Amino acid sequence: MGEKLALSEEILMQIEKPERYIGCEYNSVVKDPSRVRIRFAMCFPDVYEIGMSHLGIQILYHILNDMPDVWCERVYSPWVDLDAIMRRQKIPLFALESQDPVKSFDFLGITIQYEMCYTNILQILDLSGIPLSASQRGEDCPIVIGGGPCTYNPEPLADFFDLFYIGEGETQYRNLLDLYLECRDLGLDRQEFLLRAAREIPGMYAPGFYEPSYGEDGTLKSFVPTKEGVPEKVRKEIVDHMSEAPYPVKPVVPFIKITQDRVVLEIQRGCIRGCRFCQAGQIYRPVRERDADTLKQYAKALLKNTGQEEISLSSLSSSDYSQLSELVNFLMEECAGSHTNISLPSLRIDAFSLDVMSKVQDVKKSSLTFAPEAGSQRLRNVINKGLTEEAILNGARLAFEGGWTRVKLYFMLGLPTETVEDIQGIAQLCNKIAALFYETVPKEKRVNGRVQIVASTSFFVPKPFTPFQWAAQCTKEEFLEKAYQTRTAIGSQLNQKSIKYNWHEADASVMEGILARGDRRLCEVIKRVYEKGSVFDAWGEYYNNARWLETMQECGLSPDFFTRERSLDELLPWDFIDCGVSKEFLRREWEKAKREETSENCRVKCQGCGAAGFGCGICAIART
Amino acid sequence: MKVRIKFRKYGPVRFIGHLDVMRYFQKAIRRAEIDITYTEGFSPHQIMTFAAPLGVGIVSDGEYMDIQINALPKAENGMTACETMVKRLNAVGVRGLDAVSARILPENAGNAMASVAAASYTVRFREGKRPQDWNDTAAQRLIDSFLSQGEILVEKQTKNGVRTVDLRPGIYELSWRNDSFFLLVDASSGNNIKPALLMETLLRHGGMTLEEHALAVARQDIFTKTVRETGEETFVSLGEIGFEEPFAQAEQERTP
Repeated sequence: MGEKLALSEEILMQIEKPERYIGCEYNSVVKDPSRVRIRFAMCFPDVYEIGMSHLGIQILYHILNDMPDVWCERVYSPWVDLDAIMRRQKIPLFALESQDPVKSFDFLGITIQYEMCYTNILQILDLSGIPLSASQRGEDCPIVIGGGPCTYNPEPLADFFDLFYIGEGETQYRNLLDLYLECRDLGLDRQEFLLRAAREIPGMYAPGFYEPSYGEDGTLKSFVPTKEGVPEKVRKEIVDHMSEAPYPVKPVVPFIKITQDRVVLEIQRGCIRGCRFCQAGQIYRPVRERDADTLKQYAKALLKNTGQEEISLSSLSSSDYSQLSELVNFLMEECAGSHTNISLPSLRIDAFSLDVMSKVQDVKKSSLTFAPEAGSQRLRNVINKGLTEEAILNGARLAFEGGWTRVKLYFMLGLPTETVEDIQGIAQLCNKIAALFYETVPKEKRVNGRVQIVASTSFFVPKPFTPFQWAAQCTKEEFLEKAYQTRTAIGSQLNQKSIKYNWHEADASVMEGILARGDRRLCEVIKRVYEKGSVFDAWGEYYNNARWLETMQECGLSPDFFTRERSLDELLPWDFIDCGVSKEFLRREWEKAKREETSENCRVKCQGCGAAGFGCGICAIART
Repeated sequence: MKVRIKFRKYGPVRFIGHLDVMRYFQKAIRRAEIDITYTEGFSPHQIMTFAAPLGVGIVSDGEYMDIQINALPKAENGMTACETMVKRLNAVGVRGLDAVSARILPENAGNAMASVAAASYTVRFREGKRPQDWNDTAAQRLIDSFLSQGEILVEKQTKNGVRTVDLRPGIYELSWRNDSFFLLVDASSGNNIKPALLMETLLRHGGMTLEEHALAVARQDIFTKTVRETGEETFVSLGEIGFEEPFAQAEQERTP
């Protein structure tokens, strides 16, 4: 057959979904290794179906493979069945396209999208035969570089990475790779390259050249570069003109069904809303739109180049995209008659979106989604969620008139200042929506007899670079008590039979919070937990909470230290990163939250967050 | 109009499961802009039937899918419309799932799945997995003895538990040549004989046990049964049914 496979026939025949590991997908890029100068392995540290659904990787894959001297390939976490075989038979982890061992590459890029994938990162390194600790790596190892939202507090992972790329990947890779080639040609070693990268390339954080010290109370006392010329602050990288940025119009088309089995059109980056719990709303500032005409071209090309049957718009708060109706109308025309579905997540429920949805979806089968996040107006003011009860009820009424009978509602429990009344507000809001259905829809017109309301709660996890970065996080017991209160409150509503309630696991939410706001001392915890066998922590069935807690104790660390409320004058582990939004702004917002005051969104009035310093996006255009 | 497309499956993509091969062709057909017919209703899907599912890991030179199309593509220079379709599919396809030919089916042709009667395979031992003292003579002797049995009863795992079936009537040919077994066996729905099961039974007959992953199986072709003018039943490759050109045209040529 000629084509190389890293895994034997025997192995491929005994594991689940061998398609995860064979590459060969349509639009995957194969180059002649003798004609490139840099081999780049791009990894999403989770199973193939999750990793392949991620747009960021497709963007970087496209950009890097557009460079004639670079070959970028993909790597995902081997699922637990293959993981066991690879360890037993000492098979090194390989990249999908060439099936070559990851260790032989020049770079291993890892996107870090959520805290619960940290042990998977160690799995990737370990299976590749790359020492977990960056300081132990020799010249035979790739440069391990991390990116993605979790790098806005990279400290719990500092030991495992040679570099972190802070910000958007579009801007600096060419410069970084040129420097790499230059250093290689000069015969410089790994450390010298890393030092030059830290000094010369914007957005690069080389954790090995920084040193933290801690006070007696355990808080961070200082965090300083140890080499001259290494910046004290690392400023995030950002694309200033989205419409001119490269876009992957020939994304890889998987053989197996993946989590997001459709083409994705990123319409804008960033969000004008400024919800105070939301990290994405801060770190991707300022909001930058892609031009609708450009997007129309992309949409056509994406569908033609993939043969996918569904296109999805992607962004935070898509309703805020200024050319939304123009774009959606175009897509509806384009897709009519070609059996292509349109999916519109993250839309505010109003007359426009309901009209669109009624045209592109089966009303009887689809459900409406609201994310009030909190049950009372008071608490929604605290979190600056500009969604009012009136708006929710109006949207729901329109929807019920339009034939919808299913409503999903998302809330968070454990938000700062939350009281029993706020929790009861969740139940009351659900009840009001149910009552509204019975008022709005006459008996003979009720399709399924009754309305179905599904309320889901997640537990609030304070994240760096949000106004709530100082807030205390609830304990597991507090979380579970709140879930119990919610359930009881829902059970006492008049329409309780129409309301279903789901809540998340509390254990993992607490650990997520610890890792999110942690410091370098957690590296040892993550390493030990991994060595004891943890991997796929994001998958409930593999998460072992007791092991994490026991290991923290072994390392002399207390969960309470990381979940406590932080004082405003404390040096935070991520303060050395400049994400464009000032600490001063975040503090103002934190104080306003405590006073239950809201802030206008970026389109209405500039709040002076600091992102205007990037001189692009909404900060650079006149407000209406 | 119904079109039958013959394709091959080889190389790393042999590990793609049957349903995913279907999903692959659904997308490839859209990329190739073939004007396929969709079903009516709220969740329309392409009208497409596959002849006989191929097990994961098995390569094949003769796989078939029938598709319903609204119109043939415009023939490109020097090619028939069917050849154009094949070319277009391969231009947007992956290596290892290659379209080989396309033929327009007569309106009365049975669909690919229903008309399957038999399939041919070659089976060889993987390196180091050959039974001891195996040679051409031993192989021939084993096959002769095996086929001389009046019935070959095996236990077959089905959805409703274990069932005893007789393999003998479904073995149309079994021979050893060029270091490989050649098999022509029943592949009709309900009586399908899997090559691995037949091989295991054959070797057991010779007092040998089959090691796991010892065999490399390749499907050669899939056949339907037709009745000759003489009344004799015969197997015809699914790829030989139908025409390279639209019937109207073909018929015109026949009746001057």
